[in-house]
This record gives sequence, structure tokens and C-alpha cells, in this order.
Amino acid sequence: MRRRAVRYPLAFTAVWLAASIVAIEAHAEFELAAWDLSGRVSLEGRAFPQTGIDASQRSYTTGFVVEPKLYLEEAEGSSFTLLPFFRYDSVDSVRTHWDLREAYALLYGELGAGEWEVRLGVDRVFWGVAESQHLVDVINQIDFLEHPNGEVKLGQPMVHLTWTGDWGVLEFFGLPYHRPRIYPGRGGRLRFAGLVDRERVEYESRAEEWHPDFAARYSRSFGPLDVGMSVFDGTSREATLVCAPPACGGSAFPSVFIPYYSQIRQFGLDAQLTLDSWLLKFEAIHRSGERNPLGQEEGIRTALIQGGGFEDILGQYREEEYVAAVVGGEYTFYSVFDSTADVGLLAEWNYDERGRRALPRRQPMTLDNDFFIGARLAFNDVQNTEITAAFLTDASRETRNLGFEFDRRLFDQWSLHAEANLILSIDPLDVQYVGRRDGFYEFHLEYNF
Amino acid sequence: MRTIHAYLVRVLLLSPCLVVLSWLWMSPFAYPATPEEIGLKIATESKARDDGFGNFTAKQTMVLRNKQGQESRRQLRIKVLEVDDDGNKSLTVFDEPRDVRGTALLTHAHKHEADDQWLYLPALKRVKRISSSNRSGSFMGSEFSYEDLSAPEVEKFTYRYLRDEPCGDLTCTVCERFPVDKKASGYSRQVVWQDKDELRIWKVDYYDRKDAHLKTLTVGNYTQHLDKYWRAGEMNMVNHLTGKSTVLTWADYQFRTKLRDRDFSKTGLKRVR
Repeated sequence: MRRRAVRYPLAFTAVWLAASIVAIEAHAEFELAAWDLSGRVSLEGRAFPQTGIDASQRSYTTGFVVEPKLYLEEAEGSSFTLLPFFRYDSVDSVRTHWDLREAYALLYGELGAGEWEVRLGVDRVFWGVAESQHLVDVINQIDFLEHPNGEVKLGQPMVHLTWTGDWGVLEFFGLPYHRPRIYPGRGGRLRFAGLVDRERVEYESRAEEWHPDFAARYSRSFGPLDVGMSVFDGTSREATLVCAPPACGGSAFPSVFIPYYSQIRQFGLDAQLTLDSWLLKFEAIHRSGERNPLGQEEGIRTALIQGGGFEDILGQYREEEYVAAVVGGEYTFYSVFDSTADVGLLAEWNYDERGRRALPRRQPMTLDNDFFIGARLAFNDVQNTEITAAFLTDASRETRNLGFEFDRRLFDQWSLHAEANLILSIDPLDVQYVGRRDGFYEFHLEYNF
Repeated sequence: MRTIHAYLVRVLLLSPCLVVLSWLWMSPFAYPATPEEIGLKIATESKARDDGFGNFTAKQTMVLRNKQGQESRRQLRIKVLEVDDDGNKSLTVFDEPRDVRGTALLTHAHKHEADDQWLYLPALKRVKRISSSNRSGSFMGSEFSYEDLSAPEVEKFTYRYLRDEPCGDLTCTVCERFPVDKKASGYSRQVVWQDKDELRIWKVDYYDRKDAHLKTLTVGNYTQHLDKYWRAGEMNMVNHLTGKSTVLTWADYQFRTKLRDRDFSKTGLKRVR
């Protein structure tokens, strides 16, 4: 029980099991109206054509994922969902991890002309409309070990209240516990040049991971327009990495960074206009409270020379306030050339007020003035074959990424996923320059039950 | 005096029209109307007979067959809510194939403007508003398009009555229907066979945009619910161009369940399992 990351899901599962047993004992005549067990098992492999910048990093890895889902329904308006996740990785013991993605009780009912809904437990929440990044989406920590694109999330303990009416949907989130981001271990790829300390996590709040975070969201559809407004107040999901001696700098190699989580406040706006085959998308955030080391190099160097500790170095990091946005759209050509296939074209522009001092938010790529161009070819065949291509380019620097994905169902329960993530070029001035050798190929053979 | 006079004139002028109208109403296939009027009348009457069902749920199984006879199965659950003065709301949940299990499609159909559609992706817990203009695309790789599976709102077509002819033990009226929004449909026209007693659809011929006979739908195993509403048990769609076919079987129809408007919201969509 040495590691925080492992301790959390174990503790949470134990609490849930105990609570469930007590609940079932209390209702001796507890009867299920419906139940359902489903899930997936996936065999996966990843290959990096280039060796890592640290000699201890490996160039290929294999492993598997198990993700069952149990659904129990007591009556209409009262159910329980349990969705644990486990990954085994052959080279990185840190990437061999497990998580409680979902474990929540769901209750709902009538409230005047509208309705109420309560989700209590661990859950995942998605906000937003854009494809190249999910700016407004702040409730969950991402599972950075799974994929650098930030699409996979860790479960988040929460009380989630929803009130729906003719006037829209109002949601409140009480988030009592913070999940730190876990970074790949020594043998793993897709990490920084240094390692991230897994024993030490620093918080701005004295309550540390138990700081109560709050969020709210109001959303509504006006005909073809879907709009959402959100606010988040609490512990940032993105760590500020602090390099402090003796584990960092000088003779220490690889350097070990200490993750520090600031208290932030974020306002978000997301909107989508759906007109015929057009989807027009917009997301914007205003965030304050996050600390940034970029641009403070001199001060940090001086603090290091003077033999400063963690606090002295962190003191050099500047707290800042910024605006970031994504604007773009998607157009689909249906049944192209008299076939059953559809072709979708996507384009988005990512902006960050901090410019070159922007920090990577959810993926290793900083998106300060970056264009995303994508294409999706859906064959609409029996095997549901789909090919997507995504190109991300920095408008002001020489940083370009290209990705391909291929998905196809093999038999009724088996499906195949293959992808290529290529780094075409990377600017030496970019924060993510350390990841320049981490382009990779990946494949999954998935069994769904 | 003048007003009474004007009133009498109006009554005298209008009364023959009223007589004709009421006569048409009583016998929908009466002689003096044009084929277009009769066609519209049948469509309106079919819709009127289905009014008031409230809501229903059912299970759907699709068996997709290619030219070589290889089969693939789809399993879905569907919930439909009747909406006054507008198109129905429906929620389709995918159970099979397993890799799309839990995916759900919410549709708010409209009579005059484009439908609203949202897709729920359970792996990301994401609700995505999608374009509803993909009406002619294949539904899950089957021979049914989205258009074939949506309730045909009267306002979305113009009609033409062709003839009466025997169909099995029944007599059917044969009508053509033409999409009002030609861009939104994959067909130039459809020919529909409906029995004269209950106005149930037994067969539809679909003609593509070049007016080639593309597909034929045959419908059967009708059951009646709440002593009023007829629902198909089996729908067989054959594509004459590719030789592929899809059999859609309906089971476990339940009418007037506890479904409410709120179950067809984006919040309700996130609750499906």
C-alpha cells in the first residue's frame, strides 16, 4: 500500500462494498428489477520506431485491458453502476494500473413540471463539443497512462445533482476528493525527460486532496443551437511540475519533478450550431490561479544557485489568468459517389492567450495557436469500418503531428483498432520537445461481451 | 337586411362544397377527388388512426444477410413518445453488436423543420448533437436507412393514388408518395400498398433518385394493441441492386408505459444502459 494511486481505488471500493452490504442488509427483501453484465477485454501492443531520449525507456510494449460493467436496477429511477478498469503493461509497472471508472447510485424523479436526478459515487462527466481538445471539460482527471490524447479519464468521486425543466438543465457538482495525474514510470514512454515523483504530491490547499471542489453547469438547446455555461472552483486537474533539488538538476538523472496542484477558478462556454450537414463549434475558458514556470527561468535559476528548496522555487512560478478557445466545425458528405460511405471533414483552431508560455493542458501538445484538420471516412458497412486522419499544426512554430486511426469489427464480438501517431516535426523551443522521439503505432484486438 | 342577405348567399354558395367535403370525409376513396387528394386523404387517415397511442416500447432484432447468405445480427430497444402537433420523440438503444452496446440515439422528429438528433457514446459518456440530414444513410450497415425507420409524417410527402388491387385475402389501395424535401431523401418516390380495412402497410417499393427500383419492403405479422393500434411484427427489406437483405423483427410491444417527456431529454439519454 505504498502508492497513493493504488491506495485510492482500493479504499473507495472497500467503502462502496461496505455501504452496499449495509444497504442490502437493511432491505432484507431487496429485489432486483433488472441487471446486466457487459464489458470488454482488449489485447494491445504499442511500438515506438525511435529509441527514447532516456536509455531506460523501452521501444515496445504489450498488455491487456479488462473493463467489465455491472448494472443493477432496483426499480425505475433507482440503479447502481459498477465499472472497474484494469490494465497490464509488460514494460512499465506504473502503467500496469487499475481504477474505479464508475461506481455510482443513480436516482431520479419528478420535480414540478421538470425532474431531478442525483448521481452519488464515482463517475465520469463529459462537457464540450470540440474534437481537437476538450477545453471546458474539467470534472475528471485524465488517465494519462492510457493515451496521451487525454480522451480516457479517471473516475471522480462526486455528488452530482441535476435539475431539468423547460428552461434548460442546471447541474451542481460537489467533488470531495482530488485524483492526481499519474505519469508513466521509468521504462515507459510518453513521459517527460524527467520522472514525476509518485510519493510526493503538493497542493496549494491545506486540505490537500480533500479540498472540496465545486462546479456548476447550465445548458440548453434552442432549436439548432446547443449552449452550455460552466464554472469550476477548486483544485486544478493539471499539475505544475516543480523541479527541486536534490532530486532534480545537477548530477541527478533522470530528474524527479514534484507535481503541484493549484487552486483555480474556471469559467467555460461551449456552443454548437447544427445546420444540415454542418456542425459549427465553439469552446472558450477563462482560468485564473494556475502557476506557470515559463518565462521565470532566470528567477528559478537564481533560486537553485542559492540552494533554495521546493517553496523557494515554487515562489518563482507566476500565478496567472488567461483565456483559451477552440473554434471550428465539421461538415459531412453523406453517401459519397453513390456508395454507402460518408466523409466528414473537420477543422478547428486552438487559441491560448499565453502564447508561447502556454502549458500542455491535457495532452503533450501545447495548443496556443494551432490548427487541427481532420477527415473521417465511415463506410457504414456491416463491419462498421472507419478510418480517421488528424493533422495538428502550430501556426507559429515548426511543430506538426499526424495521426491515423482504423477501426473495424471482425466478427460479432471481436473488433480491431489500429493507430499511428507520427511526429512530423517539432520546434526545439516547444515545451514538448522532450517528447520528440515518442511517435508510436498501436493496435488493439478487442472482445466485447 | 344586407348582412342577412350576404349570409344567405354565402350559405347557398358554400353548402354544396360542404356536402362534397363531408361526403369525401365519409368515404375516403370516393370518385370526384383527384388522385392527389385521395392519396393525401389516405395518408391523413392512416395517421389519424394511429393518434392517441401515447407511447410504446419494443425490442427489435435485425438480421442482415449479404448475397452469399452470411448473416449478422443487431439487437435494439426502442421507446417512442407521441407528441401533440409535432413529430414523435424516439430513443433507440443498441444492445448488439456488443462493441456498440449502450450507444443510444435520441430523435425529436419535426413536421416542418429538420429533426433534432443526439447520439450518446457510453465509453466517453459524451452526448453529441449530430446532423439529421443523413436520412438516406444505412442504419447500422443494414438495408434500412434512417429515413425508412422514421415515422412518415404526413407533411413530409405529396401523394398520388394509383389503383386498388387484391393483396392476399385483402384489398389494397396502391399510392405513390414523393418527398417534399428532395435533397433530404434518398428516393424519388415510394409506392405503398395499404389494406382498405385497417390501412396497414403491407408492401413498399422504393425508387432511387434516378427512378430505378432500388428496394422492396414487405411487412407482416401484424398485431393489434389497445384494441386499436396495429403494429408490424416482421419487416423484410430487399435491396435489388446489391442482393442484400435485412429482416427486422419486432417483439415485446408495450403501450402506455410510464414513459414521459423527460425520458426523451439529453439528461434522459445519459441514463440509458
